[in-house]
Amino acid sequence: MDETQPQIKEFLSRFFKSHDLQPDDDIFALGFVNSLLAIQLVAFVEKTFGVRVEDEDLDLDNFRSIRAIADLVARKTGAAAPA
Amino acid sequence: MRLELTAEQRQARAEFRGFAAAEIAPHADAWDRAEAIPRELVDRLRGRGWLGANLAREHGGRGLDMITYGLLTEEIARGCSSVRSLLTVHDMVAHAVARWGSREQRACWLPLLARGEALAALALSEPNAGSDAAAVETTARTDGDAWVLDGRKKWTTFGQIADLFLVFARAEGGPAAVLVERETPGLAVRPLRGIVGTRASMLAELFFDGCRVPKGNLVGRPGFGVSHVAATALEQGRYSVAWGSVGIGQACLDACRGYAAERRQFGAPLADHQLIRALLAEMIVNVRAARLLCLRAGWLRDAGDPGAPAETMAAKYFASTMATRAANDAVQIHGANGLTEEFPVARYLRDARVMEVIEGSTQIQQITIPLFDFQEF
Repeated sequence: MDETQPQIKEFLSRFFKSHDLQPDDDIFALGFVNSLLAIQLVAFVEKTFGVRVEDEDLDLDNFRSIRAIADLVARKTGAAAPA
Repeated sequence: MRLELTAEQRQARAEFRGFAAAEIAPHADAWDRAEAIPRELVDRLRGRGWLGANLAREHGGRGLDMITYGLLTEEIARGCSSVRSLLTVHDMVAHAVARWGSREQRACWLPLLARGEALAALALSEPNAGSDAAAVETTARTDGDAWVLDGRKKWTTFGQIADLFLVFARAEGGPAAVLVERETPGLAVRPLRGIVGTRASMLAELFFDGCRVPKGNLVGRPGFGVSHVAATALEQGRYSVAWGSVGIGQACLDACRGYAAERRQFGAPLADHQLIRALLAEMIVNVRAARLLCLRAGWLRDAGDPGAPAETMAAKYFASTMATRAANDAVQIHGANGLTEEFPVARYLRDARVMEVIEGSTQIQQITIPLFDFQEF
């Protein structure tokens, strides 16, 4: 988790250059989230953290903030770990 | 980024090129006039595994890398853009289902799509919704264990023969994507004729009137039909259209090389006239540049790079506008002959114009590309 949030922040900061994104900032409320960024965000999460974002993960609350995305990654990686 | 094709990719390209030269290009003008491609051609494409070729082997697809897939698209388009459009729309749906379909949908449909046993079409555009995809007026409402669709779709490529439609509709909770099989009661398909370019792409209008499909046919979740499902399909479509535009440009070049060498005016071949050479030089360089952009987009797609969608958009924008310019110049080089059906360049021009409209118009690309220009991955 400690490594996850900075990586997400670095990615998102490309799109919110004039704003110092905080972990709980609502990126949808800040604007500039269009469909291209939406699928780029999915690709980023999958490539960077080695998880697959499934159809059931399609919930705005999973992508609303740095912390929300990090929580999603944590759940996905936890689910993928051996029992 | 690797600039040279591998031996396997060159070998695959030779296969694609040979097939297109023998089985597609000689018939493309006739199919254009008939506004249809023959079933036998679809069977041959299916037999070669070129429908759903972008799907992974685990689903029964060819699992082509994105460069080889692009080469396939270019070579098919070099022969006939309408045939290319069959691959484009089928693979758009296949890609979207592979990406966002439920486990059940993937298990059910991907093997059929990978083998081309079910042809798929994308039902997004409507009379009042084009670039503004979220403004679709077709509705999907839940009723018991079903989705019920009402509305109308237009310009559905290969809708005349598709077995499966990925339909985008307005639903409670936002835009939704729903799979609808052709024979579903409440769905009527009407051929749409008289389109200017890619005339053999067998367009259709779809009419949904209380069309009920199981709830399990929803792809993704309500609210994400456009932002994720359609966006995924369109991203795949842009990649295909970009390569297809390179194919048109190359076909223009092929036609002009031969014509400019044989046609004589003022006592010399056209190719000896400097202003004709200038047109050829532009065409040669721009086709190469477009191909390089496509290769870069393909390389990023293969790498799963988050920058791939933006690069694909750039490739589509440049390649499609290039194709229009190349085809326009090809007609000019052919003079009055270029305005007739005796030469293919008029068809290339009509087909090229389509490329600037579909999968995000030139203007949508112009609006969007600058927003993503600063990305470095």
